[in-house]
Amino acid sequence: MIANYGYKDGSGDFFIAVDTDKCDGCGDCIPVCPGKVFAVGEDPHDPLREEPVVTVVDEQRRKLKYTCSPCKPDRDRAPLPCVQACEPLALTHSW
Amino acid sequence: MSDKMEDAGVGTKACAEEFWRWKEYRHHDESIDWRDAQIVSAGIDIGSVSSQAVILVDSKLFAFSNQRTGFDSPESANKAINWAMEGTGMTLDDIHYTVGTGYGRVNVPFAQKAITEIACHARGGNLMYGPTVRTILDMGGQDCKAIRCDQRGKVEAFLMNDKCAAGTGRGMEVFADLLSVPIQDVGELSLSVEQEPDPVSSTCVVFAKSEASALLREGWPKNKVLAAYCAAMAHRVVTLLERIEVEKDFAITGGIGKNAGVVKRIEMELGLTALQTRYDSQIAGALGAALFANALEGKRRKS
Amino acid sequence: MITGGIDIGAKTIKVVLVEEGKILAKSLVPAGLDTDAATNQAVEDALSAANLKKDAVARFIATGTGRKTCPVTDNEVTEVSAAANGAVHVFPNCRTVVDVGAEEGRTIRCNEEGKVIDFAFNEKCAAGAGTFAEGMARALEVSLEELGPMSLRSNEAVPMNAQCAVFAESEVVTLIHNKTPREDIARAVLDAVASRIISMVRKVGFAPDIALIGGVALNPGFIAAMKRGLETEVLVPEEPEYVGALGAALSGI
Ligand code: SF4
Ligand code: SF4
Repeated sequence: MIANYGYKDGSGDFFIAVDTDKCDGCGDCIPVCPGKVFAVGEDPHDPLREEPVVTVVDEQRRKLKYTCSPCKPDRDRAPLPCVQACEPLALTHSW
Repeated sequence: MSDKMEDAGVGTKACAEEFWRWKEYRHHDESIDWRDAQIVSAGIDIGSVSSQAVILVDSKLFAFSNQRTGFDSPESANKAINWAMEGTGMTLDDIHYTVGTGYGRVNVPFAQKAITEIACHARGGNLMYGPTVRTILDMGGQDCKAIRCDQRGKVEAFLMNDKCAAGTGRGMEVFADLLSVPIQDVGELSLSVEQEPDPVSSTCVVFAKSEASALLREGWPKNKVLAAYCAAMAHRVVTLLERIEVEKDFAITGGIGKNAGVVKRIEMELGLTALQTRYDSQIAGALGAALFANALEGKRRKS
Repeated sequence: MITGGIDIGAKTIKVVLVEEGKILAKSLVPAGLDTDAATNQAVEDALSAANLKKDAVARFIATGTGRKTCPVTDNEVTEVSAAANGAVHVFPNCRTVVDVGAEEGRTIRCNEEGKVIDFAFNEKCAAGAGTFAEGMARALEVSLEELGPMSLRSNEAVPMNAQCAVFAESEVVTLIHNKTPREDIARAVLDAVASRIISMVRKVGFAPDIALIGGVALNPGFIAAMKRGLETEVLVPEEPEYVGALGAALSGI
């Protein structure tokens, strides 16, 4: 499943997409994220799935544009810590 | 399912917080004898505006109720299930498994499990619209959800937007207020224009409202302003849908699903016609929850 | 040489007349329904305050969202360069300008000459600019001017969950119903706007000194929230709403 966490508002699309078929629930994205965006646990959108999976926590879901902005400077953009930490390539950002 | 529904007779009072007027009602299928059943399961959907309870008897729709959500979620859950059970002789103890869903899902005191509306909507939509439905758009009072699912009602992709009022019932309410048009008349009125105007250019409800005020000052009639906003709203929702890749068949649920002005324009932009259902689309979430409850009870008995 | 700067914003129009780097006169007129008429009025007001005739002004330079359609202008500059120009004129050590108006917030990094190095916008979402505070003041039934001083009397930071100006209005109403002190709500509102502006400032990366300009910088509660969030001093000119017009006037020399 492609789980899109985030939002669209007047200023653009701000979604983090998790490919839950790729995510193995390792949680490597959690310690590297300064914004405390991720949590690993039961898949809230697939109650019949057994393996844990990453989700975006509720407190961050509606302000990703702001939470993630320190990781996304306008110039000299380094790869995002979360995307880089994710070996199975399950995470993508829409902006 | 018969068409016999009881009207509790309280549903049509206008109230500031509620913009989609609808009737509270309940229904149960007298031809089913729940006492012989293997599994009795229930789904409770506690939304921000309305709450539904659905009871399945061996995965057949037995009873449901639909009413407004009170201030207290546990209380609303109790009221919803009690009303659904009314006159059936069933009590809470006769229900083997209950799943809560919706915004107040963790506050359903008698539920064994809480499942998100996304999963429940897909599952319920699969039954309501049939297994050919692949894309479900749910436009509620405070959020907008887009779900793509497979032929068994399993979610393949989804997104939920509950950050921004644009594209929700709340955004439409702001416009209905601005123009003093009853919310339920917005759709039809917006379709009464001879020629489609250009959509309002701002997405933001606040800025769109200033834009609309300027158009009114320029002398635009109300229906034209509404058409411009409904078109903008439709366009915005379509761009949201693109993220999950729309596949047919396509269905629209939720309050805005009853606004023809938005629905028609979405259909036009997508080049698809939304499926119809004989069920009330408001029970999709609770129905899905009850189906999960049925499956989880089956799984529990096996283990 | 006398030059004039005209800043046509979403809500107000500001005019500043400058000679040799000194401000001769300024005026402010609400944009209202007819922006052109309001612009002409603002120009008239400034001229009569300075006791000047229109031909005494060598050049009028327009800036702001309405600069393209300005009826009296010889030239135009972007809001970004006008803001940088004006801020560095007022505060020579300023290297970061935070400009928050009714409908837009901007952060600009500039050099000692007021040249723009980098900038970022918060736009098209009312939650990231002054309009947000305005809507919440309405819900609190106070004027926008009262909101700031009120917030300074708050004893407790209450969280605001809504990230949208429309939903936040309902949240404020709920908070009022729940008897949350209005002072605390006012602070929550200004903290919310400030936090969005601050993340934009961090995105551009800021260098001291930081100057806060634009109409929202008149709000002491917002200034306090910015200082708290940035954990540093910020400079605020006496009349922050005129800095854009000043910068435009200076660019005409
Ligand atoms: S971009 Fe940074 S803050 Fe955002 S989720 Fe990734 S690691 Fe966390
Ligand atoms: S764009 Fe407007 S309606 Fe959407 S979140 Fe921002 S303030 Fe709210």
